[in-house]
This record gives sequence, structure tokens and C-alpha cells, in this order.
Amino acid sequence: MTITKKIIWGLLAVLGAYAVSVIALHRGESINALWLITAALCIYAIAYRFYAAWIAAKVLVIDETRATPAERLDNGRDFIPTNKWIVFGHHFAAIAGPGPLVGPTLAAQFGYLPGTLWILVGAVIGGAVQDMVTLFFSMRRNGRSLGQMARDEIGVIGGTAALVGTFLIMIILIAVLGLVVVNAMKHSPWATSTVAATIPIAMIVGVYMRNIRPGRVLEASAIGVALLLFSVLAGGWVDHNATLRVWFDHDGLPLAYAIIVYGFAAAVLPVWLLLAPRDYLSTFMKLGTVLLLAVAIVILRPEIHMPAVTQFTDGTGPIFGGKLFPFVFITIACGAISGFHSLIASGTTPKLLSNERDIRMIGYGGMLLESFVAIMAMIAATVLEPGVFFAINSPAGVVGKEAIDAVAKINSWGFAVTVEQMEQLAKDMGESTLFARTGGAPSLAVGMASIFGNAFGKHLLALWYHFAIMFEAIFILTTLDAGTRVGRFMLQDMLGNFHKKLGETSYMPSVILTSSLVVAGWGYFLYIGVIDPNGGVNILWPLFGIANQMLAAIALSVATGILVKSGKLKYAWITGVPLTWLVIITTTASYQKIFSEDVRVGFFAAANDLSAKLASGVLPPDKASVAPQLIFNQHLDAYLTLFFVVVLWVVVLDMLRMCWRYQNTRGVLPSSETTYIATQL
Amino acid sequence: MFKQVWQRIRELSGDDAYERYQSHYAVHHAQQIDAPPLLSREDFFKQWQDNQWKGVKRCC
Repeated sequence: MTITKKIIWGLLAVLGAYAVSVIALHRGESINALWLITAALCIYAIAYRFYAAWIAAKVLVIDETRATPAERLDNGRDFIPTNKWIVFGHHFAAIAGPGPLVGPTLAAQFGYLPGTLWILVGAVIGGAVQDMVTLFFSMRRNGRSLGQMARDEIGVIGGTAALVGTFLIMIILIAVLGLVVVNAMKHSPWATSTVAATIPIAMIVGVYMRNIRPGRVLEASAIGVALLLFSVLAGGWVDHNATLRVWFDHDGLPLAYAIIVYGFAAAVLPVWLLLAPRDYLSTFMKLGTVLLLAVAIVILRPEIHMPAVTQFTDGTGPIFGGKLFPFVFITIACGAISGFHSLIASGTTPKLLSNERDIRMIGYGGMLLESFVAIMAMIAATVLEPGVFFAINSPAGVVGKEAIDAVAKINSWGFAVTVEQMEQLAKDMGESTLFARTGGAPSLAVGMASIFGNAFGKHLLALWYHFAIMFEAIFILTTLDAGTRVGRFMLQDMLGNFHKKLGETSYMPSVILTSSLVVAGWGYFLYIGVIDPNGGVNILWPLFGIANQMLAAIALSVATGILVKSGKLKYAWITGVPLTWLVIITTTASYQKIFSEDVRVGFFAAANDLSAKLASGVLPPDKASVAPQLIFNQHLDAYLTLFFVVVLWVVVLDMLRMCWRYQNTRGVLPSSETTYIATQL
Repeated sequence: MFKQVWQRIRELSGDDAYERYQSHYAVHHAQQIDAPPLLSREDFFKQWQDNQWKGVKRCC
């Protein structure tokens, strides 16, 4: 390294450290969002330049002369040597979902600081390392999946656990995402009509690129994006039309049923009609909006009004119950480390790499960008006045159904907000109310609308708000479609072991059966979430967080096991440290969710509390009628959590057993790494 | 510069997938005696699209 470069990196390190100390020690009225951006970019740059490069060179020992599977097995279909920027684009589009937008928004109840720190530290030490090493190991094994690698390298137990874990995460993830969309559409004719319009728009795009102009993907997408923007505008007209608006003005439950029917249709219909075109649109929207948000934040430099740390670190927070440790880690989820990514990193991406050296940029760099999206979501949530943020995100079950009660409760926490202020805000955003719009999407949309509104004109607030809702809904629905379909394939695969015919992906009775089972699985949790007066997100999101961290722990176990088996015990800490941390937070969180006496944290405590209230007849009739279902669900959630944590420990112990055997020169499964062949490219 | 960016966008979205298939075919299969015939744009796109949606493609 030249002396100039050393000076530049030194200055970057000083700037980063200074920015972190500013955001950590600041205790004033507000702080500029640019400090968060500066801290993030400096940390990412240093981690990428030094830590990731060191891992690539010393731990993984990347070999640029070695032919990748894409080169050796090039078939022009799934194995294709591809330019690294293109692979980066595909990989990022695949890993970046709604998770990093929702998680930080919910975690903002602890203040901006705890979530931000974990997004940065977790990504650099954990998430990005997991993505990169998984990508590397899969690439060295001809693009094998995480489940296959677990089975080949550790044993049958790990492989089965990865499979079952993935399936259950999918179910819970889809339910919670469905709930986020339902909460955004509830009694909002504008949002509902716009989101509904995305379905026929996707179909038009699908037919266009399949039949009218085959393969003209960009033409079709341009038409689709134009129609989507028009649908945001048209939603406003629907909202102002007295006859039309009643068609789209619904309670949560009918909307949930609509999503369930839609999910089933999407899983059964051919991909080209709905899933593929919707995915194109959502990818363009996602990349475009994230870019727009970054530009708007840099131009505008908005002030963050949320305190660095709120009093809710003690576990009394309105959005979800539970203390800062471990729940901030569970809640942030995907923006810091996401087990789900390991499925992508061991799926399509390793089959596209044209050279081993690209894995640092794609695996590590891709996750850093995802983490940056989470930072922006955190900014969008915390630029709101804290009173407004809590008014939007606190469920009616916590602050009360009436606006006046909610405002009084939020004021009693020390956050200023008035009924008039909320009414004006709702009016500006073109909504009837913004109280208790839980799930994170509405508050993110208000945050984005106020940032965009300041940058590009305030009179368009309602349009920006519904644009943001449409943007979130379209890729939540893409995840929902794709997830239901993947769940269906996994289930068909499993059932195929018992009855061969059921395993055939084009056998209609099996398609209907497995799709129904998957949809019924997430549909159940979605239904419970909608009838729950506390909004359901407070239960489902932590469950999803625990499941996703568990999958990450499986991926890190596989990676640690392979490192030890390759004789790299002294470097095994690069995955061992994040693994240990994940085991600690997941186990603590699971323990608290199962055994805590606090009714807002413990599932059994909540079930017992509700049973007692039901028995003594103190519940109002509307609550008493749903209480038995809620009690059953709390029990189910407790056992599900127990299952996750048991699976986690089984995999970790199995990995440790394998490592112990290796270190003591007992037999272990042979490495499935492919042999060296020199690259010709 | 603009041309290059446009090419990257086409590649990323799969807009040029058929052209890339044609050149792949010309290099790898055109000389083979028992090679499968070159697919039409429409048939190729159908295969390509169905092939894209196997496995986990989208995340949280």
C-alpha cells in the first residue's frame, strides 16, 4: 500500500470513528441523518477493503486461476459465466426484500442508536461474512444448496434441519408480510385499489412479453412501470369517488381472505402470467426507489427527531414487548444478518460466477448494500416526530381504540402529539386515519413521503405516500408469491418420498394439495394476526426473527464445520464468533418468549392471562369471542419457538461433534470440494 | 458510456437473453451433428422464463 493510500484510509477511519461517536454520544433535540450515512459508509468501506479482503485471501484462499462451476459446466442455462456487475445485480435483487425495511422501523421504538449499531456491526461481522463464505463453499461444490452441503459435510441431521427450518420460516415470513400489507390497506380505498391494480398490470406485462412481443423484457417492464405509476394516481380518483371508494373500503379480515385467495392463485397459475412479470416490476421499483431515497436523504439531510435511546429498552415498548437485549437483534433481522440469504448464496448466484475473486464483491458487498437499505429505513422511521411514530405504530390493544386515549397515552410517555396533528397528517397523506397502522409500512411510507415531499414538492404528499405503499406492497406480494411457490415445491419434494406421484411438479392434484397446505399454513397465522387486537405483528415478527436467525446459525455452523475440516481451526472464529452470538441471542429470546412471566413477552404467560380473564368474564364480548383462538395460537407459537431453538442446538452440537472427531483424527465425512481445474477464460 | 450502461441493463433484465443464446449456440452447438435445432425467439423465451423460477429466487 502506498503512503497516500495509507493516509486516505487512515482519514476514512478517523472520519468513521468520529461519525459513530457523534451518533452514539449525541443527546440533543435532533441529529442530522447525514451522520448515520457517514458512519455507515466509512464502516462499510473499511470492512470491505480490509476484513473482507483478508478473509478472501487468508481464510478462504481464493484462487483466481481456478475454473468456476460456471466455466466448467457452462450449459447456457443455469451455469453461465457472467460479468460480476450483472451477478451483483441479480444477487442483490434476490436478497433485498421487505425485511430490512420493516425490521428497523419496528426496532426504532428503542431509539435510533441500538438498531443502527446492530445494522452496522451485525452486517460487517455477521451477515456479510455468512453470505460470502456460503457463496464460496457452494461455488467450490458446483453450486450445491445449503441443505445439501449440510448433509454432505456434517451429516443427515444438519441437512434435514436446514430443510425443515427453511420451510417453516417461509410460512411465518409470508404470514407476517401479508399482515403488513393488510394493515396498510385497511380502510384505505386509495391503497387497496392501487395494490389491487398491480395484479392485472402484472398480467398485462406477462402476456406482453410472452405472446405479443416475446422476450422484450425491457419494453414490457417500461409499460408496466408506467401503468403502476398511473395506478397510484388513479387510486386517488377512486378515493374521491363516492361510489367507487366503497368497493375498496374494507376491514382487515376480508382483505386477509383476499390475500389468501390471491396467494393460492399465484402458486397454481403459470409463472409467466403473474409471478415473473410482477417480479420484474418489483425489481425495477425496488432499485429505483432505494436510489431515489438515497439521493433524497443526501440532498435533504433530514433531521432525526427520535431520541438516541428511548425508555422502552426496559421491555415496555408499545410496538412489541421485550427488552433491548435480545429483542433489538431479533427485530432488526435481515438488515444485519439473514439466514435466508444463505439459500440464495448457495442457489443461483454460485452458478454464475466467472471468477473466484468476484465473491468478495458479490457476497460481502451485496450484504453491505442491503445493510445500507436498512439504515435508510431507520432514517425514514426516525425523521418522524417520535409522538407521530408511536401513534402510527402502536396497536389499539396497547394505547386504546379512541384517538384521544391513544394521544393521552403517548403523551404520558413524554412524546408530544395531538389529535389535530394526526388528523392533519392523515389528511395530507390522503388517509382516513393513521392511528394504530401497525406493521411498519404506513410509518415508513409517511417517513418516505415527508422526505420525498421536501425534496420534490410538498403538495404531492398523498401521492408520495401511496407511491411508497405501492412500492412496499408490490415486492411484499412478490415475496409472498415466490415463497408460496417455493414452499409448494419443497412440500412436493418431501411428499414425493412417500408417494412418487405427489413429487411431480406438474401433477395437478399434487399441485392443488401442496399449494393448499402451504397457503393454509401462512393463512392461519395471517388470520390470527388480523383478529388479534394487539395487531399480530408483535407476535409474528419476533417469531420470524428467531426463525431467520436460526437459519443463519445453521449456515454459519455449516461454514464453521467446513473451515475446521479444511484444517483452518485457527480461522474458524470468523464464522464462529457470529455463530456464538446468534446462538446466545436466539436462545435467550426463545427462552423469554416461552417462559417469561411478562404477558407481553411470554407466550404461555399471555395464554394464561387471557384464559383467566375469559374465565372470570371480564372480557368485552368482541374480545371474548376470539379469545379461545388467540389462546390456542399462543400455545402453538410457544411450541414452534421451542422447536426452532431445539433444531438450532441440534445442528450446532452435531457440528461440534464433527469438529471434535476431526481434531482427534477420528473419521469424518470426506470433503465434497471439487478438484482444481485451471481456468481458460 | 451510455451504450455500455444500456447493454448492462439489457443483460441484467434478460432483454438480450435470446441474442446471448444465439451466440452460445453458434459457438457450442452449431458444429455438432446431433445438436438440437436452434429455438425460435418465442420458444427460447418460454424455456428461459420457466427455467428462471426454479428454486429459491426471492428473499425477505
